[in-house]
Formats: sequence, structure tokens, C-alpha cells
Amino acid sequence: MSFAKADKLRLPAWIPTLLVAVAIYVGVWYAGSSGLLNAYWYQVVQIAAFTAISALGLNLIYGFNGQFSLGHIGFYAIGAYGSALVTKDYLAKWSGSQVGGLSWMLAGILGVIIVMALIRLARFGRINARVRAFLGADLKQHELGTIVVLVDLVLVALTLALGTVCAWALQRALGWALGALFGALSPAVAQVVVFAIALLAGASLAAVVAYLIGMALLRLGSDYFGIATLGFAIMIYTALQSSDLVIPTMKGARGMVGIPLWTTWSWAFGALCLVLIVMRNLLYSSHGRAIVSVREDEVAARMMGIDVAQSKTVAFAFGGFFAGLAGGLYAHLFGFLHPSTFNIVKGFDPLIIIVLGGLGSMTGTVMASILFALLIEGLRVVLPQGSEDWRFVIYPIFLLLIMLLRKQGLMGRTEWGWLRAPLPPARDIPVPDHLALSVAGEHKEG
Amino acid sequence: MRLSPLKLLCRALAWAIYALLGVGIVWGLVALVRMNGPVYFFQAVVDGLRLGFVYALIALGYTMVYGIVRLINFAHGDVFMVGAFASYFAITRYGWSFVPAILFAMVVCTLLNIVIERVAYKPLRQAPRIAALITAIGVSFFLEYFTALKFVFSADFITYKRPFEVVVWKIGGVMITNITVIIIVVTTLLLLVLQYIVYRTKMGKAMRATSMDNAAARLMGINVDGVISLTFAIGAALAGAAGVLYAIAFPQIITFMGIMPGLKAFVAAVLGGIGNIPGAFIGSLLMGEIDVLVVSFLPMGSRLRDLFAFLVLIVVFLVKPTGILGEAQVEKV
Repeated sequence: MSFAKADKLRLPAWIPTLLVAVAIYVGVWYAGSSGLLNAYWYQVVQIAAFTAISALGLNLIYGFNGQFSLGHIGFYAIGAYGSALVTKDYLAKWSGSQVGGLSWMLAGILGVIIVMALIRLARFGRINARVRAFLGADLKQHELGTIVVLVDLVLVALTLALGTVCAWALQRALGWALGALFGALSPAVAQVVVFAIALLAGASLAAVVAYLIGMALLRLGSDYFGIATLGFAIMIYTALQSSDLVIPTMKGARGMVGIPLWTTWSWAFGALCLVLIVMRNLLYSSHGRAIVSVREDEVAARMMGIDVAQSKTVAFAFGGFFAGLAGGLYAHLFGFLHPSTFNIVKGFDPLIIIVLGGLGSMTGTVMASILFALLIEGLRVVLPQGSEDWRFVIYPIFLLLIMLLRKQGLMGRTEWGWLRAPLPPARDIPVPDHLALSVAGEHKEG
Repeated sequence: MRLSPLKLLCRALAWAIYALLGVGIVWGLVALVRMNGPVYFFQAVVDGLRLGFVYALIALGYTMVYGIVRLINFAHGDVFMVGAFASYFAITRYGWSFVPAILFAMVVCTLLNIVIERVAYKPLRQAPRIAALITAIGVSFFLEYFTALKFVFSADFITYKRPFEVVVWKIGGVMITNITVIIIVVTTLLLLVLQYIVYRTKMGKAMRATSMDNAAARLMGINVDGVISLTFAIGAALAGAAGVLYAIAFPQIITFMGIMPGLKAFVAAVLGGIGNIPGAFIGSLLMGEIDVLVVSFLPMGSRLRDLFAFLVLIVVFLVKPTGILGEAQVEKV
């Protein structure tokens, strides 16, 4: 019996990664505050950070879970408008009170969650089966189907009514509690808290919508799913153009103004780090392995006992959350939102980024996002005055060349540093002598 | 057989729902017709038909390409735009009449699409499908923004000069122009030619075989690359004709005009069951009608038309995921 010696002095992977992250943060912060990086490029760096957040969300959906989604920009838009409504309310009280918009949004999100929980508790499948068992033998198939649909509709209406009542009550309670909270905090602290809550609320709204959309469209095949989500994005876009009919302060096609400029490099970078941590830990958990296995082979995953539907909706909801978070940061960087920012042409950006960086690589996505922001904005600077129109001529050519020359993207599926799959803890592994040799031999051949 | 009262009640309930639905649909239609008078309604239907026939020409190109290479050819809408511009130059610069202009547009688009296929899609035949999709998006952007440059077509709206005078006939108050008639006639003609090529010629047989099973077709000695090029060529010719007809019907052209009609036509193709030629036709007519009826009858209709188009798509997906005429594909393991 011999022992394969474990390397006891292996440096934990998070240490170099943390150092790099701190270096980047401090470096950009210093360059920005000392004027080394002018205001425009400081903004571009922040754009790169939240573009990366949004693209990471899509990579989770498409790169890791294998669902071809073209509707990512829709979630981005929901997050942007959702969080902007909250912060604008805090400043300008468009809803009549400082926390009216926030409490309504939170209550709405919770209401949807309550309804979904109730629907799950009610176990429609079992009720439908009972109805079928009771009537099955005597009624024709189509009559039976109609009755079942009717029963389900009545049940859904009941749960919706219950959820609405809950949401209404919650709104009252939340409005009171949040008002008290913000009143008690000093203005500077309150601003940070409001911004954080606004970002989370917008992102959660996007996540809830993503969950519902994902659930509804689950059974569609890859291309059909892509088209349906594209349709969703276009619906969001057209709805935003008429949004002033529902909430006047959203201003519809004229564009929403008066959003505070609260996004800073710290917020953008902090959010990116948070998203990377959440995504990395999700992916290397058992849920994450389920998500990746669905990409590899859906049928095989199902046969292994993985809840395919759940892993798809979870991936979709997380992806939507990230997109919504990025949207919120976007809204508070420019202070102005217009529906045309969220048109489908822009919607291809995250898809292009993740393919450029490598489907199924977080490192690649972050790198490609930085490259993308630099390319789009850099072309604006490099090209001589008056030829900005060439920007979008050069950019697709660049895209074509990348696709033709390097199909797997920059990184393929590899990761760097702490983002790599964690290795098992170091320990000595007993290897019987006769095996040790053959294992080594095989390794050499492979 | 005697039923217990409760079950009898259930049966009655089911039929009551059917009756209610039927009455609701009829009542809705009657209300629609009576809202602004029957003339208004039928005018909208005729306009929808006109738009639907244009969509059909675009949708066929989409559906054929998808049927053969399983690629959503996003650049198709921009080929359609190039067709409109080609005919614009033929008409205003060279003073050509309608038939040479449309033939010219078709030829230009065909050549363009063959070049696109060679340069952007063919090298990626063996790559994952997403790679070709991304290049399709790239080609689409390139066509839009390159033609928007000042020395090409410029980025402004250009007024399209119709190659013939507009003639209006009134049938019971409904206005039918010669534009509508020309669109329907040209589309029908091209559809018949397409039907002939696909179902009556050897090349068509090769196309159908390739769309069924690419690898098996290759083994049977079919020149698959040739078939794919031919499919792109035919699709582009139809798109070019559609561009001319669309520009004649709505005489304002811009280099970004292809995006929305392209998407709508693609949705129409999916609606009808992608890869299916009659399906694409039915889906397009439906799409045209939805577009025009929403604009005509809903308040804020012109803003909401795209929303409804895609809402219908999602509803169809939820009810029948493969589209109206699509066949369910069983995934082989």
C-alpha cells in the first residue's frame, strides 16, 4: 500500500482571486478619483461591470442551463424601471408618499409568491385527477376537459383573490414600517438603504417575472423557446412605450427622467462581485450540477431523477434577477430611461458577449463584457470625427471574424482562479500498489 | 344509460360553456363590425390581407431556410430591405417600370444572399448552431448599418416613387387599390412557382430530402451544399419581391425597415409551423390581419400592434407548441 501524497501547502484559490479583485477595485477607484481616468471612461468601466452582470445572468440561462433565450433585455428593462420607480418615489414622491411605490412593488412581488405557493399547496394535479376519476366514465373527453379547465379557473381565481387581499394588507404594513424606518435613519444612510432596496426590488420583480415566464414556456424546444422569449422582450418594449397610461411618471415613449444618479464604481463593482459569488456557489452546489446536467442531456438528466422543470425555472429566475440588478445599476448611472434603450437590437448584446466569452464560462463572460464595452466605446474615440456611423459597421465585422476564427469563444468552458470548480479537500488517498502503476500508465496514454 | 343528477349537471355545464363561448365570439365579431360600420371593418380586413401577402413572401424564405439548415436567418429582413432599395434605384435613377424593377430586385437579393451564405454560414456548417445564429445577427447589423452610411443609402427616410399610378376601385364602399391587386397577384404567382419547384422538380425533391435528413440525403448522392445555396437563393428572391411590394404599399423606405416585418414574418412562419410552406402562408395572413385589426380597432392600436402580434404567438405556443400546421417532432434519444 502506498499513498498518493496530497499537496498540503496548496494555496486556497480564493486568495489570489481576492487580491486581483481588490487590486482592480482600488486601481479603478484611484484612477477615477485622481483624474487619470476621465469621467467618460470612468462611466465606461461601470458600464462594463453591469454589462457583465447581465451577461452572467444570460450565461447561467443559456451557457450553463442550455435554454436559448433572446428575451434577456426584457428582464433588464423590468429591473431598470422597477428600481427607478422606487428611488424616484423616494425623492419626488410621485405616488404621494415616500415609500408608496416601494411598498406596492414589494407587496406585489410577495403577493405573486403567495399565489404561487397557494397554487402549489392546492395541488391542482390531484384535484384534476379526482374530478376526472369522478366523471371520467360517463362524460365525453372534451366535456371532461372543459369541466377540468373550469374547475382550475375557479381555483386560480380564488387564489388570486386571496393573494390580492394579502398583497393589499402587506402594502399597508410595509408602507407604515418602511416609512418609520427611513424616518429614523440619517439621510445619508437612508439613501444607501433605499438604493440597495430599490436594486433588490427591481431585480426581484424581474426574477418573479422570469420565473413565471420560464414556467409557462418550459415545454418549448430550444428555438421555439428563443422566439417566445424574443416575443416577450418585444412585448415589454412596446408596453414600456405606453407605460404612461398606467403609471404617469414612467412617461412612456417620452422617456423617464428624474432618476437619482446613485450608481458609483463601488456599487457596480460590489454588485458584480456579489453576483459572481452567488453564481459560482450556485453552480458548484447540487442545484448547479442539476442545472448543468440539463444542458448536457435533458432526457438523461430526467432519468437520473433530476427535476428538469425546477432546474430550468430556477436558472431562469436567477438569470432574470441578475439582468434586473444590472438594469437597476444602468438606470441610476444615466438618470434617464427610454424604451428604445431596451429594443431587441440591444437585446442581442448579452448573447453576443457570452458567445464571445465562451458559453459556460464566468471568467470568459466578464472578460468579454469588458472587451465589448471597450470596443463599442473605444471605436467612438478611435474613429475620426464624423465617422461614428462606422462603429456599427466595424463591430459586426469583428463579430463575424471572431465567430469564424474562434467558434468556442475566448475561454471555451474554462475558468480562472476561484471561479474554477472547487477541488475536494486535500487528503492522502490510499492506493493499492498494483493499481498505482496502471493508473499512472493510463494517465500517460490519455 | 342514466346519469346521476350531478353528472348531468356537469355535462350541462360543459355545453353551457360551449354555448357561451360561441355566443361570445359571434357577439364580439358583430360588435367589431358594428363599431365603426361594416365598410370600416372590411376595409381593415382587405388592408390586413394586403399586408399578410407581403409577410407571406418573407416568411417563406425564413421557413425554407429553417427547414433545411435549422438556422434563424436574422439577415433575411435586411435582404428584404435591400430589395426595396434596389427597386428604388431602378425606378428613380433608371426610370424602369414595375416588372423589370421587381426582377432586378430579386436578382440583386439572390446574389447578395448567396454571397452571405458562402461567407458567413457555410464555414460554420459543422459548428454548433448558435455560432451561425450569431453570425446571422452580425450580418444583419452589418447590412443595416453599412447601408445607413451616407455614401450608400443614408440613414434617412426616403420617399419611394411608385412605378405606376394608383387606381382605386370602390366595391360597396370598400376601397381596393391596384396595389392590393398587384400584391395578391404577384405573391400568388410566386407561390405557385415555388410550389412547382418544391413539389414537381428534381431539385425540389432534393430540397425536401435534405430538410428531412441532411446526412441521409448526402449519402443518397444529393449535393447538399448546392441545395442549401439554392434554398438561400430562392428565399432571397422572394424577400426581394416582398421588399418591392412593401415599398409600393408603404412608400417610405429606410435601411432599418427590414427589422420589424422580418420579425413578424418569422413569427408568422413559426405560427404556421416552421418548415411548412402552407403553414407559413396561413400564419402570414393571420399576422397581417392581427396587425391591421389591432391598429384599426384598439385605442392606442398603433403602439400596441407589436405587443398583440407576439401575444398571439405565445398563446399559440402554449396551446400548440409546434404551430398551427406543424407536426410534433419526437426527439430521438
